[in-house]
Amino acid sequence: MTDNELIWRIAGGSGDGIDSTSQNFAKALMWSGLNVFTHRHYPSRIRGGHTYVEVRAKDEPVQSRGDGYNFLLALGDSFARNPQEEAYYGKEELKPLYENFDDLREGGVLLYDEGLLDDEDVDEIGLEEAAEENNWHVVPMDLRGIAKEHGREIMRNTAGIGATAAILDISTDEFEKLIKQNMSGDMQEANLNVLHDAYDAASELDVDHDIEVPEDSHDEEQVILSGSNAISYGAIDEGCRFISGYPMTPWTDVFTIMSQHLPAFGGISEQVEDEIAAAALALGASHAGVKAMSGSSGGGFALMSEPLGLAEMTETPIVLVEAMRAGPSTGMPTKPEQADLEHVLYTSQGDSARVVFAPANIRECYTQTRSAFRIAYEYQIPAIVIYDQKIQGELRNLPASHFDEEPNADPGSVLTEEEIQDAAHHSSGKFQRFLHEPEDGSNVSPRSVPGQKDGRFLATGNEHNPSGHISEDPENRIAQMNRRLNKLDDIRADLDENTSHQTYHGPEDADYGILVWGSQQGTVFEAVDRLNENGHSVKALGVSDMAPYPKEEVSEWLESVDEALVVEMNATAQFRGLTQKELGKYGDKMSSLLKYNGNPFEPAEIVDGFESSIDGEELAASNMKYVPAAGD
Amino acid sequence: MSAFSAINEEREIERDEFTPGIEPQATWCPGCGDFGVLKALKQAMPEVGKNPDEVALFTGIGCSGKLNSYFNSYGFHTIHGRSLPVARAAKLANPNLEVIAAGGDGDGYGIGGNHTIHTARENHDMTYIVFNNEIFGLTKGQTSPTSPKGHKSKTQPHGSAKSPIRPLSQQLNAGATYIARTAAVNPNQAKEIIAEAIEHDGFAHIDFLTQCPTWNKDAKHYVPYTDVQQSDEFDFDVSDRAEAAEMMRKTEERLYEGEVLTGRMYIEDERPSYGQEKRQIGEMPEEPLAERYFDEDAEWERTYDNLLEHHK
Repeated sequence: MTDNELIWRIAGGSGDGIDSTSQNFAKALMWSGLNVFTHRHYPSRIRGGHTYVEVRAKDEPVQSRGDGYNFLLALGDSFARNPQEEAYYGKEELKPLYENFDDLREGGVLLYDEGLLDDEDVDEIGLEEAAEENNWHVVPMDLRGIAKEHGREIMRNTAGIGATAAILDISTDEFEKLIKQNMSGDMQEANLNVLHDAYDAASELDVDHDIEVPEDSHDEEQVILSGSNAISYGAIDEGCRFISGYPMTPWTDVFTIMSQHLPAFGGISEQVEDEIAAAALALGASHAGVKAMSGSSGGGFALMSEPLGLAEMTETPIVLVEAMRAGPSTGMPTKPEQADLEHVLYTSQGDSARVVFAPANIRECYTQTRSAFRIAYEYQIPAIVIYDQKIQGELRNLPASHFDEEPNADPGSVLTEEEIQDAAHHSSGKFQRFLHEPEDGSNVSPRSVPGQKDGRFLATGNEHNPSGHISEDPENRIAQMNRRLNKLDDIRADLDENTSHQTYHGPEDADYGILVWGSQQGTVFEAVDRLNENGHSVKALGVSDMAPYPKEEVSEWLESVDEALVVEMNATAQFRGLTQKELGKYGDKMSSLLKYNGNPFEPAEIVDGFESSIDGEELAASNMKYVPAAGD
Repeated sequence: MSAFSAINEEREIERDEFTPGIEPQATWCPGCGDFGVLKALKQAMPEVGKNPDEVALFTGIGCSGKLNSYFNSYGFHTIHGRSLPVARAAKLANPNLEVIAAGGDGDGYGIGGNHTIHTARENHDMTYIVFNNEIFGLTKGQTSPTSPKGHKSKTQPHGSAKSPIRPLSQQLNAGATYIARTAAVNPNQAKEIIAEAIEHDGFAHIDFLTQCPTWNKDAKHYVPYTDVQQSDEFDFDVSDRAEAAEMMRKTEERLYEGEVLTGRMYIEDERPSYGQEKRQIGEMPEEPLAERYFDEDAEWERTYDNLLEHHK
């Protein structure tokens, strides 16, 4: 294991193929034996504008995007060349170059496509001064020219990869393999030629730098995929065969993946008129006996508040996915934030009984989506998987065996027709769907499905008696409310027994703690390792169960530290608030490190934030906010 | 054996099977048109040969939503305006279910107007009955989307400046393949139309005029009515779109002039239902999806065997 790492950033305009090029680059590095992790940055714009993707590669599992980067491939924004709108676009074609100056590390390599940019323009942005100051190795290459020689300008991405490989001394074998796998005929040949020409041209330049790309080999077969892939696959493996949705970034990803694959698995996908309908359809399918899901992002999820409450009251199982982006309202469509936590916990009227999981990474996206379905259908309760634009967009490799799990098609607590015959019926002829005290002593009264003989009942959003008839009888009300709410205790016990979704990191006897939820866990864990190397005594607890809240686990952990810093990507410390509310204390023990500028934390920021907080100093960085402990 | 043995059970169906063993106390007002819908619906079931266990009735909120309590079948009393999307998915999940949705004029033409249009557009194989009494009943008499222009209520004390919605024309444009108007005061026609609508293979929209003697004193203008199929004055081809459009225009205009025209307004038999279309293009399984969850022999594929390959 070495400290060497490559963080390669490719920048260009949206629509320039930045995303697919970075995916291929990451895959090729994975094939060569490295562990990879990608971080996407893109504007809410389809073509043009500054976009970049980082690929971080190490010889150990990568938990986060890292701090800054050490290799820039700047392609130039080809959509900036619009003669009619020149005035508007201005010098936008240079953006992929100068907008990336800030985070390129000292001694890093900057490879740019001079074929797209005029020398005069490049002079104006101060590249020379910046390079001198930071000891960058600047490599201008006519990537566009190399591409055009073999046909089309668009292949400059391939030229960039070839040049990168030469400068970093990476074999082109894996890239060739990818080109052969993805393309055929003339396209394949042209791309192979571009790859080799650019490689040869860059080899001659002999760039002298310190980046060492580590080498390693995986013990087992790897796959590279996104959080949205993992959520979709978790759903399919847990027997979900119905999805309904309305497009909204970043939820669209899961919706698209599911829609593309479900029919082949014998399932149904429905794109409908709005999000109210989307969630209502999932409810209808589930009521009729199918495992179903829907989802959205903040604004669309707001519309789902009604059907969500209906699912709670009628005890109809459904799984909803909430892919967070920065709010309020339309907010920043392509930027991550963790600010919808209270939205998913509390939206909809009345005292609510729902389950909320916030997976930390791609691994957890798969397992917790499976948990969400199992819990929803066993306990007849809506379950929500909340994740964010960060996990949605990032790719990461993990052993393929993680997904080597048996499918589970069990529809949960549903009776067969034979069992319905033996079950209690009301004198009106209706099946007792909502018993006050189910026979097995649990809080779950098994359901029937329309079409089953003698299983007729009424599902209603009104309070109802055991056979589903609307009732405002006070005693019935209390019995039904208690049973619905008590399920949450049962679910907590079930989760504690079967799967803890919480992750502990760092030395058990550490003095300080960092508490974190959802997608920021990996970054915090990396920061914790560095803090301990710096001589601090820190551990972290990553929480993924938002509801029912893992009170005992978090409580014990908070007892074990002197102070805890709660790290989250929002402005109002929602998770810290939840923790304090659920545990009823520790307000004097928890301070907050918050970030809400549209970018996720980097490990160094957490290190800085932690150090300034224990030193009682102001945060040096202006992109974060520190909120001290408030008392109980 | 199917997990849903009640479906397609072959036997004589009695009307009384749809009356709950113990009738919940009726909370509709005396003289309410909703009784007429309930009666017509119950009478239609033996005609189409459906038994209570294979029928799923989805309602919205309001007086019409109570239909579920007095009709013995599987029921889902959903939320205001949302009966259609819930019903649609149940039909897709189990196409063998007889799916009926019902709601008021506020429910279907106001708050749920979007769903009404889209369900018609997609031509789901189901029946939608809108209890149209031109008033919000359960919230105590406010103006509804079908209230006439100038209608005075507590929320529109100066008289409504809005023209009423034209549900028949709207649903024709949206794509419904069976559109009819009937009235609670005409139980025989209502029964026939409901039975036809249920048997229709596509989206059947019934605008069901129901009087509200409590909040809408004008309800009496629903008597007398004219059955456009029975009257020589209206010799039109119910399968001709243009003629149907003209008929609907007349029907909707004359309603507010005090003349009630009822009957079948449009019937299109050629267009396949949404489920058929989806099956044809391979977006829906041949067998009812819901059955698979009860079939011990069903094979459940997993992503590991199918989808992981291109991530490797």
